[in-house]
Amino acid sequence: MRTGSPVVVRVVTKQLVPPILLFALYVQFHGDYGPGGGFQAGVIFAAGIVLYAMVFGIETAKAVLPPSVLLRLAPLGVLLFSAVGLYGLATGYHFLDYAALDPEDPAHGQHLGLLLIEFGVGVTVAATMLLLFYTFTSRRPPR
Amino acid sequence: MSVGATTAMLLGLLALQVVVAFAIVRSRDVFAATMLSGTLSLLAASLFMVLDAADVAFTEAAVGAGISTALILGALALMRFRTRGPRRANRGLALAACAALLLLWLSLIPQMPRIGDAQSPLQQHPLTVEYIEGTREKIKIPNAVTGVLGSYRGFDTLGEAYVIFVAGLAVYLLLGSRRPRRVDPEEERYADR
Repeated sequence: MRTGSPVVVRVVTKQLVPPILLFALYVQFHGDYGPGGGFQAGVIFAAGIVLYAMVFGIETAKAVLPPSVLLRLAPLGVLLFSAVGLYGLATGYHFLDYAALDPEDPAHGQHLGLLLIEFGVGVTVAATMLLLFYTFTSRRPPR
Repeated sequence: MSVGATTAMLLGLLALQVVVAFAIVRSRDVFAATMLSGTLSLLAASLFMVLDAADVAFTEAAVGAGISTALILGALALMRFRTRGPRRANRGLALAACAALLLLWLSLIPQMPRIGDAQSPLQQHPLTVEYIEGTREKIKIPNAVTGVLGSYRGFDTLGEAYVIFVAGLAVYLLLGSRRPRRVDPEEERYADR
């Protein structure tokens, strides 16, 4: 992707990226109450970084979120999800029964479980989408 | 929103989608076609929003219009291609196939339940009632979509997360290797030519 974007595009992008990332976090952590959840949040977050990369160059974006970090974040998300599931199994509940997280108040356990697994999904989706984008855009065209 | 306004907006968005779809088919420029397919996704997202399916609208707007357009543009930048003029095709056959499909769909429309019909089989299904009431009473959250995806159908969601992870990992392993490739001298000579 080219770096020499027009000044209007650069200024508008700088104004747009922070609200997009903030909106992604809102969609992430407010998914129980409003629309959205981990998947949507992850994709919106990735889209914000993709916009940044398209305007300011892929290398600038990689300085913010290097592929090596993304490669670690992607499995961490699914591992968090799996760990929540296994915790239920270990404490005598069913796999992925979030009531295990708070036996005193099953509804609170459900809230906590949903928050954790949605976060796991969000991390994996954002990292994977960005990794895909980096992988495609970092290749040189064939001669 | 009144039923009339909703219907008018749905019809308007659907008409716009048909216009954009024709523009994609007619387009001879892959970049223009890519941007237009992003537009098609954005219109679909608006359509879902009018139908009160905000979760689906989010996904369509972010994935369909956002990420996939960026990925296709990235892939196009890597490709060498020529844009060709329209190929001569059997128009009569294509028209006949389209007309047959249109007739089939039109004949199916009367069997579809009305939008938002509380008496439709889907709404009457005991599982639907369980999802809507259970999310409120057992999980105690307002968004039934999150309740179904995360709690009732946690297995599926876990599987989906792994599918996304494995797919991304596969693409990275195939295309994203940072190790310098061993260069075959023969290949090198060929590339310099």
